[in-house]
Amino acid sequence: MRIGLLYDILRWEEKNLVEESKKLGFKLYPLYTKDTVFFSNELKLNEDIDIFLQRNVSHNRALVTSFIIEQMGYHVINDYNNLILCENKIFTTYLLSKHNINVPKTYVAFNRISALEYAKKLGFPVVVKPVEGSWGRMVAKADNADTLYSYLEYQEFTNQKYKDIFYVQEFINKPNRDIRVFVIGDEVPVGIYRVNEGNWRTNTALGAKALPLKIDEEIREIALKVQKIVGGFFLGIDVFEDKERGYIVDEVNGVPEYKNTVRVNNFNLSEFLLKKIAEWVKR
Amino acid sequence: MVILKCPVCGGDVSVEDDALPGELVEHECGAQLEIIKQNNRLNLRLAEEVGEDWGE
Ligand SMILES: [Zn+2]
Repeated sequence: MRIGLLYDILRWEEKNLVEESKKLGFKLYPLYTKDTVFFSNELKLNEDIDIFLQRNVSHNRALVTSFIIEQMGYHVINDYNNLILCENKIFTTYLLSKHNINVPKTYVAFNRISALEYAKKLGFPVVVKPVEGSWGRMVAKADNADTLYSYLEYQEFTNQKYKDIFYVQEFINKPNRDIRVFVIGDEVPVGIYRVNEGNWRTNTALGAKALPLKIDEEIREIALKVQKIVGGFFLGIDVFEDKERGYIVDEVNGVPEYKNTVRVNNFNLSEFLLKKIAEWVKR
Repeated sequence: MVILKCPVCGGDVSVEDDALPGELVEHECGAQLEIIKQNNRLNLRLAEEVGEDWGE
């Protein structure tokens, strides 16, 4: 097995992948994208590589390098198409909704006035999110029209890529936690609860605590269904629990981080992932 | 171990021989540094700031 590792920052996850592939006797070719130059007329690499794993922390770099490597005829986990669908929250929400997966009630507006008007119909509080973004950055909860107006105005004056597209969601009154489950190949081997006592945003990047999750049949089915819809081999899926509506899928991550999942579950995710990739390559 | 120079304060920074580019090191001067490879030798530069499009 020869795996190419596309990355821009060597986080804990990437270091762990390097270590675990050594143990498994796989050859890992780290490709540091930030200092790599690609030429459009050179559609070959010097190394003989079976498959690539996409680990760029920057969405732009991930998208573009997955695309380029695919044009060279390699498979990339996850591929360009899958990343497009995951990184853009509008695409994910609409696609999942169309396939009858529960998602938060969401609307998309293209000007501040209608974004504000329809929040009243949805009912406060509402949540405003950047169309692309992670780690809970710029995600805001508005309890009333005044606050919402400030957030919308604020968004318009940022330099975000989608600053004039307003993505507004109902606020799900979840317990002080949400769920993160991982899909690897055709399995859902592990997950965590992300618990935050002090903040309604449960990103571990914002200080939420990770706790091991026991994966029930229902969540396993939802995760696999999501995987069939958006595609991809390795996904991190964020799920809310709602007392009446059950599981609600909030987000899908195409380059998931998993340091805390490994730690609290004592589960070797890198090894599992590498073995699954090897199985898939052999087929 | 290899001893490299901090591009901010000029002080010594020691890193593993087999360090890979993209690895982050925090120097005692407070600088967040990034290991890179130039002409097959390890070097340091100031780490990139967190981008708008970063994250899982
Ligand atoms: Zn220094």
